[in-house]
Amino acid sequence: MKIVVCVKQVPDTAAQVVVEDGQVSWGDAPLVINPWDEYAVEAALQTVLDQGGSTKVISMGKADETEALKHALAMGCNEAALVSDPALAGSDNVAVAKVLAAAIQKVGDVDLVFFGKQAVDSDTGTLPSMVARVLGWPAITLVSAIPELSEEAIKAERAIEEGRQVIESKLPAVVSVIKDYGEPRYPSFMGIRKAARAEIPVWDLGELGIEAPASAISWPEMMNPPKEEVTTEIVEGDGPQDIAEKLADKIMAEKVL
Amino acid sequence: MANKIWVYIDQFKGQALPSSWEGIGAGLSVAGELGGGVTALVFGEGVGGIAQEAFQYGADEVIVADDATLADYRSEPYTALLSKLAAEQSPEVILFPTTTRGRELAGMSAVDLESGVLVDITALEVQDGTVLATRPVYAGKLLAKVQCSAKPQIITLRGRAFAKPEADESLSGTLTKVDPVLAEDDIAVKVMDYTTTEAGVSLTDAAVIVSGGRGVSNNPNLDAPGDLSEEEQEVWRAQQGFALVNDLAGVLGAAVGASRAAVDAGYIPYVNQVGQTGKVVSPDFYIACGISGAIQHLAGMRTSKLIVAINKDADAPIFKLARFGVVGDLFDILPPLTEALRGKLDQ
Repeated sequence: MKIVVCVKQVPDTAAQVVVEDGQVSWGDAPLVINPWDEYAVEAALQTVLDQGGSTKVISMGKADETEALKHALAMGCNEAALVSDPALAGSDNVAVAKVLAAAIQKVGDVDLVFFGKQAVDSDTGTLPSMVARVLGWPAITLVSAIPELSEEAIKAERAIEEGRQVIESKLPAVVSVIKDYGEPRYPSFMGIRKAARAEIPVWDLGELGIEAPASAISWPEMMNPPKEEVTTEIVEGDGPQDIAEKLADKIMAEKVL
Repeated sequence: MANKIWVYIDQFKGQALPSSWEGIGAGLSVAGELGGGVTALVFGEGVGGIAQEAFQYGADEVIVADDATLADYRSEPYTALLSKLAAEQSPEVILFPTTTRGRELAGMSAVDLESGVLVDITALEVQDGTVLATRPVYAGKLLAKVQCSAKPQIITLRGRAFAKPEADESLSGTLTKVDPVLAEDDIAVKVMDYTTTEAGVSLTDAAVIVSGGRGVSNNPNLDAPGDLSEEEQEVWRAQQGFALVNDLAGVLGAAVGASRAAVDAGYIPYVNQVGQTGKVVSPDFYIACGISGAIQHLAGMRTSKLIVAINKDADAPIFKLARFGVVGDLFDILPPLTEALRGKLDQ
């Protein structure tokens, strides 16, 4: 099977992200592979382990943003490509979906594309289904398990708000994977060495054979959230019973129940 | 003549999600400035009752597609139909709830309609005839103003960010019936099976959430069965702790949440996780039990209206966000607190 997994490079989730002079800053926090995408890489590697084939990891970003790709290579992906072009700065989700779809078509004869469920920076979670739409393939989002897979079809378990759903679909398809799929493996020592030496090809728009897609979405302003002025009152009393009574009174007085 | 503002009514098995009605409320709030009323879109099978409800919540037109191919939500037939209707009737704005289905449908129709999608919006205003929307990013560490220059402006609304209108049974409007676009043979995805989770109240819709963290496994007065491994003993102890969390949640009609640490340790399923890599929630009342408050957890619950924290460690970061705190053992506090609140709520 020919598998593509798409990853994004984001600030570490422990970062203090703030707006300074209108610019988003995450201090000296490291840029890492989007945590959700590690599950997608794991699913891709697991699929190749079961079915045979190869995995190519693709990321779109600035020319030097290769950390996420190297992490995926170190985990065991066979090849990587960075989609990067100055003309793509400020691309919105629809534009990114078109560019990634073009990259997937450049790889050619792909059976399955894996995504994480969303990126922890922009939090939109719409990209996997958008890429599927551009390609004209089915989108199978929020997948927790893949009990059956063949060259032509996939059976997948999805987690939706109301419970678990089992679906069947034709291939090729785009799949987004959630945490329930299983813990992502750690990069091996050999994998890390291999990834460090890897020459990652950069695909610009010329290489993809497309113009920069138009973006409809603009972000006129980024703001720090209003500081919530909370005065914390520590409830004390004569033993747990007394504390619980006092706390219950205070909660009732807030009229939230 | 169709309205400029459309609201997609998300439903599951013939029941509309409450956040769908919040969408009508949000639609009516911008309809004042953009002109006209709100058109509700109801897709499914046997959804006539939902169409009537949509009138009661304030839509003056409802477009209904009632067909066996639409019985279970599937992105292909739903998107094909939505995109066709929007291409024909050119609405200015389409609002969706930010649910699994809403996100997919909004994103995929944005591709079809050569527009863009604004996701997880918490506030809307109209500026020069265009919607200016606000959304949290980096799990709420920042806010962004966002705008869509193409039409329709496709927007998904965060649950509980907009008020649900009061239903008024005297209201009615124009009902328009439409046919699906795709036949069953043209649809690649089949729904085979479905099981509900026993989760009870959904975290993102919940008005009250009781959450447990790593601390739920630390009851000093509890001896786990000796035939379990050390790891199993820890999970066993945590389950006894979560039983107390569940008791309180039961009395309050609340959803049960958890920190990532509790989920990673295997105490409770991932669907219960609150935080940057779990669910971002904004209830009226959030009680954190045995949760120290890692930045990723705080990002997922900081906009809760009233926060109460119970933790043994007086220096736990969760206390900085809490209106009321108890420095103490949750095993001592939760049982009498549950009883006291049960009494006050007359149960």
